Amino acid sequence: MEFETVIGLEVHVELLTKSKVFCSCSTEFGGEVNTHCCPVCLGMPGVLPVLNKKAVEYAIKAALALNCEIPEFSKFDRKNYFYPDLPKAYQISQYDLPLGRNGYIEIEVGGKTKRIGINRIHLEEDAGKLVHEEGKPYSLVDLNRTGVPLIEIVSEPDIRTPEEAWLYLNKLKTILQYIEVSDCKMEEGSLRCDTNISIRPKGSDKFGTKVELKNLGSFRAVRRSLEYEEKRQREVLASGGVVVQETRRWDEARGITIPLRSKEEAHDYRYFPDPDLVPVVIDREWVERVKAELPELPDARKKRYMEEYGLPNYDAGVITASKALADFFEKCVSAYHDPKTVSNWVMSEMLGILNETGKEVEDIPFTPEQFVKMLKMIDDGTISGKIAKEVFRDMFDTGKDPEAIVKEKGLTQISDEGELEKIARKVIEANPKSVEDYKKGKEKALGFLVGQVMKETRGKANPQLVNKILKELLS
Amino acid sequence: MDLNRLTIHEAHELLSKREISSVELTKAVLHRIEEVEEKVRAYLTVDEDRAIEMSKKVDEEGDFSSPLSGIPVAIKDNICTRDLKTTCASRILANFVPPYDATVSERLKAKKAVIIGKTNMDEFAMGSSTENSAFFATRNPWDVDRVPGGSSGGSAAAVAADECIYALGSDTGGSIRQPASYCGVVGLKPTYGRVSRYGLVAYASSLDQIGPLTKDVTDCALVLNAIAGWDERDSTSANLPVPDFTKSLVEDVKGMKMGLPKEYLGEGVEPEVKEAILSAARVFEKLGASVEEISLPHTEYALWAYYIIAPAEASSNLARYDGIRYGVRAKDYEDLLDLYKKTRSEGFGREVKRRIMLGTYALSSGYYDAYYLKAMKVRTLVKADFDRAFEKYDLIIAPTAPTPAFKLGEKTGDPLKMYMSDVCTIPVNMAGLPAISIPCGFSGGLPIGLQIIGKPFDEATVLRAAYTFERATDFNSRKPAL
Repeated sequence: MEFETVIGLEVHVELLTKSKVFCSCSTEFGGEVNTHCCPVCLGMPGVLPVLNKKAVEYAIKAALALNCEIPEFSKFDRKNYFYPDLPKAYQISQYDLPLGRNGYIEIEVGGKTKRIGINRIHLEEDAGKLVHEEGKPYSLVDLNRTGVPLIEIVSEPDIRTPEEAWLYLNKLKTILQYIEVSDCKMEEGSLRCDTNISIRPKGSDKFGTKVELKNLGSFRAVRRSLEYEEKRQREVLASGGVVVQETRRWDEARGITIPLRSKEEAHDYRYFPDPDLVPVVIDREWVERVKAELPELPDARKKRYMEEYGLPNYDAGVITASKALADFFEKCVSAYHDPKTVSNWVMSEMLGILNETGKEVEDIPFTPEQFVKMLKMIDDGTISGKIAKEVFRDMFDTGKDPEAIVKEKGLTQISDEGELEKIARKVIEANPKSVEDYKKGKEKALGFLVGQVMKETRGKANPQLVNKILKELLS
Repeated sequence: MDLNRLTIHEAHELLSKREISSVELTKAVLHRIEEVEEKVRAYLTVDEDRAIEMSKKVDEEGDFSSPLSGIPVAIKDNICTRDLKTTCASRILANFVPPYDATVSERLKAKKAVIIGKTNMDEFAMGSSTENSAFFATRNPWDVDRVPGGSSGGSAAAVAADECIYALGSDTGGSIRQPASYCGVVGLKPTYGRVSRYGLVAYASSLDQIGPLTKDVTDCALVLNAIAGWDERDSTSANLPVPDFTKSLVEDVKGMKMGLPKEYLGEGVEPEVKEAILSAARVFEKLGASVEEISLPHTEYALWAYYIIAPAEASSNLARYDGIRYGVRAKDYEDLLDLYKKTRSEGFGREVKRRIMLGTYALSSGYYDAYYLKAMKVRTLVKADFDRAFEKYDLIIAPTAPTPAFKLGEKTGDPLKMYMSDVCTIPVNMAGLPAISIPCGFSGGLPIGLQIIGKPFDEATVLRAAYTFERATDFNSRKPAL
């Protein structure tokens, strides 16, 4: 039998508001333990929550960017469960009337655009953190994170492969970063993802038994765990077994999923409307204003790069996947005539060095203006393309101006024909075999001779000129 | 002169004229506490040193422009007071000292009130007799073998016994009005949203409201002036202008239309109580108001719906008392679950546990629609009854409680009987309306309370009728012989 995989994602994202969602404490990450707290977020007796308007605005912004409908009426509910990181023993969340519904994200799979539905987006408060000290018979509680606003984005079960899940996550992250509602840093916990996966016979309209996966620390872990789980469930079904409805934990080190709890052990959260908060009536004008303030989103930007700058689909996709990178690119293009050249440099050298050093676009120490200056130095023959790569690395390491680097290191290109001819003659004399080969018609031999001239000049010779001179001398 | 017997407005007059000092007044109250507290047991905490200190400060500053300045107040122990123990009469909060003030505490302090102490109550305000206090039962000053009512029994008894000049209580299903009725004092539950709940330890958030317990209606207006009004820290407080309630202290009910719901005078209402209410109606008629019998047909369902909604909210509100961050934690436990179980088993009393279980059940998956949702629908119907009545009537009058104060231990074995003592007050909370209880008669030496219910945010009319009645009768002048 042929099987089909069905995947749904639940993504939690911390919003970048200055203060928490129901009190005025700071949301800053990494403060000393239990310093960003007050009686309200500590759940002291008698205190009351007051909704942060900015958090609602950010949630609406996200919902609009993800093509959701914004209802006119929304409310908050209590999700009841006991845990030491949850001071009130309930989380204020949204149950049946979320802030956004029926949206979608478009991803590109195998050259085709696929739409992944978004069931809902709701606003809720984050919990604190337990700190476990090794060898100690207790755990400590840090409540700095308690009450930081979160949005939960629940996809429809439209995802069919682990790769699609990965693409969906990347696209979601890009969009949320574009609209600046979250920094989406998985390592700081500002983006968290749980997945649901089930298998069914291809063509069936019923869902198979789903398994929820937790402890996914990176997009890669999401993908790998889904690949593992897809294989595991298919094997269970293929051998005539039944998939058990349960929550499983991803073990990153072993690359496997392990049962965490079964359906029977699942919580009954006893949701009910929070009587401490009044329902939210969402003013249409407000929604329109938020909508009007949305920046150009990645899909639109990509399309524009292809149409306006003539970039290939792939390049435009890569550059617009990061808002910071696209912003850098665009500043360069506004000061330089050839977008394709900028794109080539960004795609190869810039992404290469970022990858290599593990740094972010925001860490680049030089400005787009300095970068354009370097490109212009290639155009006017001051440096060769090859030397430029060296200059680029130096700029990345030191943040120095390209002109200063070229001057300090004496990297100016040699374009003096007389001087180059002298060196070329020396090279011809020293390599009779190659000269002979060239004369016999082996074009490759010329390349070798050019290389020797470049070597003599430590790469500073103007390669086009060297080519021309050698050809003249050998003809 | 026994200064502790003064009302707020009497004390204020003497303080303003410098005929007495705040220290003298405070000491008189403290002396009275020393004298009768053994019999009444109204207080969980008497904050003697700070009360004297505060009264000295007020005397030194000499600013008596605020009508509450320098006057001792007792505060129910579920209202947070900064650096002063707030236990909710529960073992689980026996050691809890809030690092913050409730908004009402802050407002009273801003008016230079002298906080004399914290009063006893039913644990977490769950009860009708103050017998559910984890520490001890409070006695009714009119007969110390009887209960003072509840849950604000400590506040009502302290006012009745002149152990304070006035008090604050909280009312979720009658917890200000019923003890006011039993103790022969004035008790007002303001409209839901009129007074900030910030710092009131929540029992049932959609029903809880803080209000004054005073010796007369004038004092009630003065206290309401001080505590009412919008608070940015309470999203359910109403952002509406607050009138000067002393302007309502006018002897005039001419032309006022009052409804007397027949459902409040039916089965279970003691004949003496019924008679007192009917004669109160005649007093109003004589003063120029009209009183007509009306029907609030969903009244009989209100009590039962209340015992779904209030416990449901309570089950969630009280979940935070888990022994992790504050309050009392069980001494020996195996693991986290055991810590929770032991702390909560040891920390909560029987009635609190009963309501937590009721509420948890009502909210559980599969039962929610049948219980909680249904109860919310009943609540809407109860409110609709009142809305219809208020299209025609300015006020509704009714008994506050079906009987006068009952004996200690009389109903502790039968929760349903105990619940019935709030049958006349609960519908008012369900509808969020303002209502006052004022003395309107006696039965066997025990006070009877008249309940006057008003339109939402129309405390002014309630106070006017109550003031007029108080001036026309002398039920208010009697004091218990302790």
